[in-house]
Amino acid sequence: MERPAIKTHNLTKRFGDFTAAKDLSFEVAKGEIFGFLGANGAGKTTAMRMLCGLSIPSSGEANVAGFDVYRQTENIKRNIGYMSQKFSLYEDLTITENIEFFGGIYGLSNKEIRDRGSALINELGLEKEKKKLVGSLPLGWKQKIAFSVAVLHDPSIVFLDEPTGGVDPVTRRQFWDLIYDASDRGITVFVTTHYMDEAEYCNRISMMVDGEIKALDSPSELKKKFGVESMDDVFFHLARGAKRSDN
Amino acid sequence: MTQFFSFIRKEFYHVFRDSKTLLMLFGLPIAQILLFGFALSNEIKDSRIVISDLSRDEGSRKVIEKLSASEHFIVTRSDLSPREIEAAFKKGDIKLAVLFPARFGEDLQHLGSASIQVIGDASDPNTSNTLITYLTGIVQDFQSQNRRSPGSAPLINVETRMLYNPELKGSTNYVPGVLALVLMLVCVLMTSVSIVREKEMGTMEVLLVSPLNPVLLVISKAVPYFALSLVNLAVILILSSTLLDMPLHGSLVLLVALSSLFILTCLAVGLLISNSTGSQQMAMLISLMGMLIPTMLFTGFMFPLENMPWALRAISNIIPSKWYYIIVKSIMIKGLGFSAIWKESLILFIMMLALMAISFKRFKVRLT
Repeated sequence: MERPAIKTHNLTKRFGDFTAAKDLSFEVAKGEIFGFLGANGAGKTTAMRMLCGLSIPSSGEANVAGFDVYRQTENIKRNIGYMSQKFSLYEDLTITENIEFFGGIYGLSNKEIRDRGSALINELGLEKEKKKLVGSLPLGWKQKIAFSVAVLHDPSIVFLDEPTGGVDPVTRRQFWDLIYDASDRGITVFVTTHYMDEAEYCNRISMMVDGEIKALDSPSELKKKFGVESMDDVFFHLARGAKRSDN
Repeated sequence: MTQFFSFIRKEFYHVFRDSKTLLMLFGLPIAQILLFGFALSNEIKDSRIVISDLSRDEGSRKVIEKLSASEHFIVTRSDLSPREIEAAFKKGDIKLAVLFPARFGEDLQHLGSASIQVIGDASDPNTSNTLITYLTGIVQDFQSQNRRSPGSAPLINVETRMLYNPELKGSTNYVPGVLALVLMLVCVLMTSVSIVREKEMGTMEVLLVSPLNPVLLVISKAVPYFALSLVNLAVILILSSTLLDMPLHGSLVLLVALSSLFILTCLAVGLLISNSTGSQQMAMLISLMGMLIPTMLFTGFMFPLENMPWALRAISNIIPSKWYYIIVKSIMIKGLGFSAIWKESLILFIMMLALMAISFKRFKVRLT
């Protein structure tokens, strides 16, 4: 069997007395779309930051793209893509300049940047807009470009931290088409969200409540298990006991 | 290297697309030089003075001619009564009144000495003092020209001698100060704001997740502002030598080299500030309150350090621009070489190293 893209065992992060993420153990298969769900403050972002090498875990083990999160963060960084909750392109640069910049810091050659950049622009149908400043584009477009830029260097895993915040369901659906394309190319997708319609799009999801994983399965299995109709109900069922609120 | 160049190109895009940044970068030094050079100069020109000449002889006529020829004074030669003079002062029409007693010329010729009474408006003591200094200078000049034999005693025994700046030109003092101020402002403010902006916009996270080495990140942030500061240095030097007749007696190479050292010190301060704060406003506030004001107060170009209590003088020692100001003055005005300012340079160098070390260390800490 192929090695999992992400494998964690009892991964824990404490900030003083506060345990932001507790004993996270899960595996994500290569090419899988893995959803990380939870209310605000449940510990999703903390977990993701540990996996990206932005934050050192307090205890536990984690292996990302075959590399250890304690010792091999540099290798991890070379093999992952990342798109954050806050918008992650430069608004005062054009689309082309953003592509050149991010291609550059990921060490792509000029030819690779040109080829992949024009492929990206064609795919998104942005030929006319490529010389426009990113700041002048609608939010839905920016997010699609940001995603495409995050996978420009062909990472083995892409981490998406609430990538579709603030856009309507139709635009979210279009965004997910891009995610499916990436997944088809063999890129593992790790996505956090609190939109339950998005949860349905994932292959498997984990539900986080108060820093712990309370459930982990495919959306249909989860619904069966809890005997409910929608992911909303699954979430409600699990989250009503939560002590940490969104403050 | 691709990483590095991509980053630097991006930084230049940021700078050249933001009109506010551009204005600050290039408008500020020009405005400061012009303001300090002309508008805020402490030189006083075209002051109205009134002369009351009771002697009306050759001696007084000659002195009055010399006064009229000076660019500092506009002489109104009206023989006002003391009461009228007082009224003119009260209205603010005149700054000085000069009274020649009767028999001024005669006394000068026969007794070898004579006196002039000068009345100043002490409600503005600084101006009056300056004007009286100008006047005394002119009178002395007159005496030395009219001394009949080389051996005879001087008529009035006042000796004033201004080193390096005999005309008391203000700009020679201000240019080094403005140089320190502008470089400080550009480097500290721009670097700290540009890093904090990335944090605020969320792009810093993306950069930290990327394989870009954090040290390289910091260096790529600093390089564009270092380059722009050198451009600023050139602009200020060119403006001050063409418009303000600022001399450069010392070595230009030495000046540029030590200015680079100061720029690096400022960049380190900017990095340090950006590491300690999360918002652009905060970074701006710390830069302004923490750097700009101490630079104005403790550099010595606005308020003489010699007059400060020892506690404030001690504080002034930790302000990098104080040392830079001494260096620039020594090179530009006094024309001194490195041997005369190695101590100041060494202090700046140590400050730069310490600040760089701290800011790099703190930047690393933020990643874990």
